[in-house]
Amino acid sequence: MNRKNPLPNSNPNSPNSSMQALHFLQALARIARAAPKPAHSARTRQIRHAAYASMAHSSRSSRRTWSRALLHRLRQWQQQRPGRLLTVRRRVRIVTPITSRPEEPARAETLRQLVPGGRGMEYCNLLEETADYVQCLRAQVQLMQTLLDAFSS
Amino acid sequence: MSSRRSRSRRSSNSSRITEEQIVELVSKLQDLLPEARSRSSERVSASRVLQDTCNYIRDLQQEVDDLSERLADMLASTEMTSAQAAIIRSLLM
Repeated sequence: MNRKNPLPNSNPNSPNSSMQALHFLQALARIARAAPKPAHSARTRQIRHAAYASMAHSSRSSRRTWSRALLHRLRQWQQQRPGRLLTVRRRVRIVTPITSRPEEPARAETLRQLVPGGRGMEYCNLLEETADYVQCLRAQVQLMQTLLDAFSS
Repeated sequence: MSSRRSRSRRSSNSSRITEEQIVELVSKLQDLLPEARSRSSERVSASRVLQDTCNYIRDLQQEVDDLSERLADMLASTEMTSAQAAIIRSLLM
């Protein structure tokens, strides 16, 4: 059951992006309907939370380490006081972090910090997960931009 | 999942993860970058690709923040009109 998923092109009509879009739209509709209306900053936070949650729930990514790590991080966000941003470093070490090997390029450590769950990955997996994460990020940005364009016209 | 593999095994005989695989993965990352179109034929160093990828990820995350803010503006400025609700409903079908 170790199907290698070939990297698809970022086709907005592919099933992976549709799942992601669907999840985000549902969350957005929920946020919009919420009453009483929350403060602007709270809404921004909720929307950003929904963005990352839908990335993690897209069908391509649900099997990925980064999406599980991201969901874990999102749960921590929700439990914290409002006002904390993405830079909070409190994390539960589930996997012993693998120190960078000398053969890795210098930037691998930075990449490990950027990609959710990157600390515990081997270099080879890190590259794969990064590619997947970048594609989901890009799709999310395109989705949000499309929504803004659609609603402002 | 990878914590059970001993370090010595990884460093002595990395037959499972070949150099070629690493190169291929790095080139896939390179293709994802926005500059990929201008230099699709040449192979830049892995270090450069990683650095560009880090910058790209930061940019994308920043864009998500900005777009979240703008979406919040949009939701705040217009009450969810019936037209917008209809758009959302039609997209969800």
